[in-house]
Amino acid sequence: MAPVPDAANAWVALALLGAFHGINPGMGWLFAVALGMQENRAAAVWRALLPLGVGHACAIALAITLAFAAGAVIPASTLKWPIAAFLVFLGIRRLLRHRHPRWGGMRIGPAGLTVWSFLVATAHGAGLMVLPIWLHMPAQADVHGSHMYVEADVSSGLSVTLVHGASYLLVTTVIAWIVFAKVGVGLLRRSWINLDVIWAGALIVTGGVTLLLR
Amino acid sequence: MTTFMPDTTFYPSPAMATKAPPEALAYVAILNPDGRDAFATVDVSTSSKTYGQTVSQFELPNSGDELHHFGWNACSSCLCPWAPHPHMERRYLIVPGLRSSRIHIFDVKEDPRKPRLVKVIEPAEVAARTGYSRPHTTHCGPDGVYMNALGAPDGNGPGGIFVLDPETFEIQGAWEKERGPQHLAYDFWWHLGFDTMITSEWGTPNMVENGVNPELLLAGKYGHALHVWDLQRRRHQQVLDLGAEYQMVLELRPAHDPKKAYGFVGVVTSLKDLSSSVWVWHRAETGANGGWAVTKVIDIPAEPANPEDLPPLLQGFKAVPPLVSDINLSLDDKKLYVSCWGTGEMRQYDVSDPFKPKLTGSVHVGGIVRRASHPSQPRTALNGGPQMVEISRDGRRVYFTNSLYASWDAQFYPDGIKGWMAKLDVDADGRCQLDQTFFLDFGDLRPHQVHLEGGDASSDSYCFS
Repeated sequence: MAPVPDAANAWVALALLGAFHGINPGMGWLFAVALGMQENRAAAVWRALLPLGVGHACAIALAITLAFAAGAVIPASTLKWPIAAFLVFLGIRRLLRHRHPRWGGMRIGPAGLTVWSFLVATAHGAGLMVLPIWLHMPAQADVHGSHMYVEADVSSGLSVTLVHGASYLLVTTVIAWIVFAKVGVGLLRRSWINLDVIWAGALIVTGGVTLLLR
Repeated sequence: MTTFMPDTTFYPSPAMATKAPPEALAYVAILNPDGRDAFATVDVSTSSKTYGQTVSQFELPNSGDELHHFGWNACSSCLCPWAPHPHMERRYLIVPGLRSSRIHIFDVKEDPRKPRLVKVIEPAEVAARTGYSRPHTTHCGPDGVYMNALGAPDGNGPGGIFVLDPETFEIQGAWEKERGPQHLAYDFWWHLGFDTMITSEWGTPNMVENGVNPELLLAGKYGHALHVWDLQRRRHQQVLDLGAEYQMVLELRPAHDPKKAYGFVGVVTSLKDLSSSVWVWHRAETGANGGWAVTKVIDIPAEPANPEDLPPLLQGFKAVPPLVSDINLSLDDKKLYVSCWGTGEMRQYDVSDPFKPKLTGSVHVGGIVRRASHPSQPRTALNGGPQMVEISRDGRRVYFTNSLYASWDAQFYPDGIKGWMAKLDVDADGRCQLDQTFFLDFGDLRPHQVHLEGGDASSDSYCFS
């Protein structure tokens, strides 16, 4: 049995990852700002935030559920291989192409916004990025696959989703508000660094780390 | 390939784009009625030694393309929040051949003064992938390059929209999921803030390629309606019929501010009196789900003329029609330029209130009867008239050319159009006058659409106001 990462570190990592997802203009805050500008009122910004958060959290939950289902039949030591390969694949694809879901629009309602947030998070591999952390949290690392601890697995998956989702939503809210109320979208021209490149790097590195951790 | 910072020519809002630096180059699609078309680059930097001159001219590989309304692979719509990809480059020009259905892709990155042809999409591929033929207009959208086409490969309708991948230029297929009653096509553009596309009507290839057909015209068979579409669901929503009297509803210029739900469209001629008109489409204030309506806001009358001065097509009318063929709206949504190709006049309207335009300027160049000269060559009578018009992002410079469409050129200017390009300077108060030092004589070649380096008033669309 390899030594497990410190649990507190894992939670911090999850929150930071949520913040990283939140910072990306393509993951939601810019959409909230645009909706506020289109309607010319702050309420439209606020209205957009919860659907964005729920959509993002659903993407994380889906990735964890899939991994959980796979983990029931495949041991964690084997599961990490396809996860790592997929992370690296997504990272390289992101470096080469400017792909994004062809779905959205400015007359979108709360349900549409939730679906949109879910789609972009999933397409960006946001949920997949969380998996390595979840896989190596104490509950999983110690007893993965043991039916006695299925309940523990479910609750840790839920906690992971909530912590990550809350962190994403907090960062999304703060940035959306600052840009809408104070800074304005002119900042996009000066400051929109290509987070996708960093993201792609993050995906590839996460893929690598997934293999190194046993 | 991806960049680390957004392309500096992308602007979140039209107001920010008006602060862009002045353009140094203009790209011009040029028709050669007797052979191979050309794609020219014109120096428009006032401080340059070659100001007002063609600095490169690329001859296309085939003859008979009839280049029309080209566009960029990427523009400010890349910043739209629901599909952002700001780290693309505004680098390629997609140039459709209206007659041949061939699409040319030019790369301007290596040497902006000398675009390089990097890809040719053959007509058979356009037809196989889309079912369409005679591509006409190009706009870069938030999720791809949109083009439209006048009709089907057999020359009949329907015309419609298709989409190209903005990186590979693979044709992704016809756009419409539900066409409704739409059959004719000419132009298209959109209100990104309202997820709405507007399309206009000219005629099928069979109705226009051999010249204007007087029988069809007098019977009111050319296009006289606008179509409103759900841009996201790709479904037809509404027909805005101007009435069969109003023949040929062409250039669409929606307000650039995504919060404004109105736009301008030019109508070539009225069957009643040969006048031209400009209409405003707008979201109707009544109605449960916010339908759209259309209202005429500008009438430009025909001018009485001696039949001897008129081409055979017009002699019976004893008048020269204005033939408004193109209009363009400044990025601040305040100035509308209206090309009167028949009477040889470029008009400027203040459209700060879109429903009450005020005529604020007028210059004469060419014209079927007038043949007005340009101040740079006061003794040379010019033919053709102001036609395709393009406005710089700051609204201070307006470029225009004089050729419409080869078979129609021949009917209205049977002596054979000599191609030229001219420019208006607009001062800080909005007053316009011809730049006396800017006049390009293209001889037997005929310039059509102009686009400006880095973007202009018809190249970009915006998701932030």
